[in-house]
Amino acid sequence: MNAPAYNFAYLDEQTKRMIRRAILKAIAIPGYQVPFASREMPMPYGWGTGGVQVTAAILGPDDVLKVIDQGSDDTTNAISIRKFFAKTAGVATTTATEDATVIQTRHRIPETALSENQVLVYQVPIPEPLRFLEPRETETRRMHALAEYGLMHVKLYEDIARFGHIATAYAYPVKVNARYVMDPSPTPKFDNPKMDNCPALQLFGAGREKRIYAIPPYTKVVSLDFEDHPFEPYRFNAPCALCGAENSYLDEIVTDDKGGRMFVCSDTDYCEGRQAAGHHGSLSAAPYKEKAQGGSNG
Amino acid sequence: MTTIAELPPGFVDKVLSAQSTFRSVMDAMARPGSVQRIVPMAGTPAAMMRGTAAIALTLFDHDTPIWLDAQLTESSDVVKWLKFHTGAPVVQDCSIASFALISDGATLPALKRFALGSNEYPDRSTTLIVQVDSLAAGRGFELRGPGIDGVATLQAAIRPADLFERLRVNEALFPRGIDVVLVADDAVVAIPRTARVANKGS
Repeated sequence: MNAPAYNFAYLDEQTKRMIRRAILKAIAIPGYQVPFASREMPMPYGWGTGGVQVTAAILGPDDVLKVIDQGSDDTTNAISIRKFFAKTAGVATTTATEDATVIQTRHRIPETALSENQVLVYQVPIPEPLRFLEPRETETRRMHALAEYGLMHVKLYEDIARFGHIATAYAYPVKVNARYVMDPSPTPKFDNPKMDNCPALQLFGAGREKRIYAIPPYTKVVSLDFEDHPFEPYRFNAPCALCGAENSYLDEIVTDDKGGRMFVCSDTDYCEGRQAAGHHGSLSAAPYKEKAQGGSNG
Repeated sequence: MTTIAELPPGFVDKVLSAQSTFRSVMDAMARPGSVQRIVPMAGTPAAMMRGTAAIALTLFDHDTPIWLDAQLTESSDVVKWLKFHTGAPVVQDCSIASFALISDGATLPALKRFALGSNEYPDRSTTLIVQVDSLAAGRGFELRGPGIDGVATLQAAIRPADLFERLRVNEALFPRGIDVVLVADDAVVAIPRTARVANKGS
């Protein structure tokens, strides 16, 4: 049901036009952060106001929306945003990655490969990859203008000098189309390779910092590294305890106060899909255990 | 004498038509060379194509100075229609325009006269909306760049005939540059500044 007091998808038309113009520029200049007049949204900063504004500007009545938070469809943030658009735009929602046309995400890229008819919208807290190295906006802007990214390499080198390897595990900087260094939002670096040559359009919205940027489909996205310290995606060395997946990104869940822990897929839709297809892990719930008893590896 | 009552109407459904038009333009920009269709129709003043009118209603407002080429400027219908439906200021100086509408490509000014953005703010550039004869037949072109899986092909009859040669300045200017939206009736093709266009077979 549409709330009659609001425009379709909450935002007024003038705001949508402004955001839409920013999105077009962002696509035309891959990785460049386009300033936009971010609006106050009916949720606090840090809850995805940037992503919500981008989604509201692109969403149409025929879209099917999926929202994930750290890979999960079932957390407060994801459910709130999904309900927000179901209420204000009346769009269909889903948790199945392959059924969605617009996927808003906080800090993960789905495990299921994306397709050409999908748009991935990221929620971004700090869009400027150089911000913690150089606090002045005037300076970082000039560094981007000159493609002067030595400072970022120094930061990665300091990781190596201190820890022996590049210890940056999330928000790992990438270079887009061989020009702009970009913050992929705090996704685990495990997800970085998925951004490269992705068939789906990727849009990034930072509400508090008032920036929109984009990666067009089929665009080269390279994680910064060194010849002798190449980029390596990190993953816990364990299968998922629920679906047995060996190649998904895992959450570590503490199960007791005696050091017990389990590793499960962070992408809940992927994990549930695998379980429904008959895959199971060491800690699967009872039905899968019962089913497994007849099998060889129960 | 023309009165406002005689003006062609805007979108019947402002909200959903603008959304649908924007998605077509966004898809065109994200996949250079691909031909997208603009479905929602609005009233269209003479000298303006249906696609151009829909894009104007979708993207123009009081924040976007627009520049019109001589043929459109001469049409008081177009100027009145744009002013009434979008509120966008029409400017004489194309170097401060957010959008430029070109109906007669033969009179397209030198590209460097439009806003190209700065290295700090490359987004502060003019987007050209050029009406062309056809985006289905004509000379063959090959496009490469972000948004394209390998090579995209485009058949188009455009004026000026050397538009894509002129757009090669984008290569040296990047990240500054000019983004172009080609319109033929309800068909739209975008050539963002990252796209590299060559004649087919050359």
